[in-house]
Amino acid sequence: MTIEATAGPSTLPDTATGPVIHPWWVRVTHWINALAMLLMIGSGWQIYDAAPLFGFEFPRQIALGNWLGGALLWHFAAMWLLVINGLVYVALGILTGRFRRKLFPIRPREVLYDLLAALRGKLSHDDLSMYNAVQKLLYLGILLTGVVIVLSGLSIWKPVQFHTLTSFFGGYNTARYVHFAAMTAIVTFLVVHVTLAILVPKSLRAMIVGR
Amino acid sequence: MPRQRKPMPGVDPKLLIKDAAKLLPEPSRRLFLRGAASLGALAVLSGCDIIDGDTSENALRVISTFNDRVQAFLFNPNTLAPEYPESMITRPFPFNAYYSEDEAPDVDADKYRLEIGGRVDNKQPWTLPELYKLPEVSQITRHVCVEGWSAIGSWQGVKLSEFLKLIGADLSAKYVWFQCAEGYSNTIDMPTALHPQTQLTLKFDHQILQRAYGFPIKIRIPTKLGFKNPKYVTAMWVQNNDGGGYWENQGYNWFSGL
Repeated sequence: MTIEATAGPSTLPDTATGPVIHPWWVRVTHWINALAMLLMIGSGWQIYDAAPLFGFEFPRQIALGNWLGGALLWHFAAMWLLVINGLVYVALGILTGRFRRKLFPIRPREVLYDLLAALRGKLSHDDLSMYNAVQKLLYLGILLTGVVIVLSGLSIWKPVQFHTLTSFFGGYNTARYVHFAAMTAIVTFLVVHVTLAILVPKSLRAMIVGR
Repeated sequence: MPRQRKPMPGVDPKLLIKDAAKLLPEPSRRLFLRGAASLGALAVLSGCDIIDGDTSENALRVISTFNDRVQAFLFNPNTLAPEYPESMITRPFPFNAYYSEDEAPDVDADKYRLEIGGRVDNKQPWTLPELYKLPEVSQITRHVCVEGWSAIGSWQGVKLSEFLKLIGADLSAKYVWFQCAEGYSNTIDMPTALHPQTQLTLKFDHQILQRAYGFPIKIRIPTKLGFKNPKYVTAMWVQNNDGGGYWENQGYNWFSGL
């Protein structure tokens, strides 16, 4: 991106007129989700510190909300952003057929092949509109993790009103561990996702301007 | 206290943003500049306060009030908190407060009176022997702390709904407010006060409440977070205005339903 772009807009005819890789609603919901996730994770770390599940705490400098009460205010405000935006994204993903076209089918043999190619640094990124098999698997996986983190969160928030859901997650205490594990999965995904976006900058541009 | 963030010396934020924008194609460059200018101005003016300060907490409390209404809507007066077998009681059941155990109120049983006030027909104060004579109910439920931890306990006492009827309380009033010996207080909504498991608790595990567990009266509400279960209760008022509470006033969510 930088090499092309510093030369000026005149050298970018292909990107200006090329096919749209990410329609506007994908880009908008992607960045709203990015913000909501950061707010939920940051405040969630502060909440975790009030009663740690494991033998460590998150440093206050990277946690959001100053104190437990402030973090809870953030967490239960950002949840609306996360859930409403997530519902819009999933609804449009299903209705427009984007999920079906982009994420399926996922064949185990292709996943293995693409994973090995990626590790050898030989995975092609010529056509960003097509996801490779590893991407398909990870994007589907992170979608499902999103569902798990919301449902386990609801079962911690409302263990009486939603007690059936809470017992589905193994009860109140176990649901806290599930919620934590889902957060860990999302943070791990985030690290890989951002690293790869930096390694392939045109994929970042596509998520901003669409092409 | 507002904290000011100083811009980096020798770096003009406007030029920095202009440089960054050169890397973008023309239409997005204009958009980026417009967005960055306002974002940058915000960041320089207020530093971290936007994210971490009292300003944001005040704004977030508006959403917290909205969440109170959502929770009141989700609250089903017939949904019971799960009950557990005796074998699952957490032993020892933890003491928890914003002060240490030896600073807990030491209430004189003989001099104690439960004061009654507000929209109530019979405002006669209650002595402990009078309260101990009332019909007893029992529950083994999970106490969930706002911090995240939980513990299962066994509580006995009078159904609060029965007690409210007994004193001729106006059950159409909006709130019940509790005052505690150490100055702690809580206000709860009437639907929660009338919930079948909401209890004017006199005993823990069939023994008169220990000092650590709130002697002489705790209000046990298994449909609310722990801090909404006041201990060392000395007065109870039925009223239409929200009397607030110790933690609620500092920013914990008011309804805090489970």
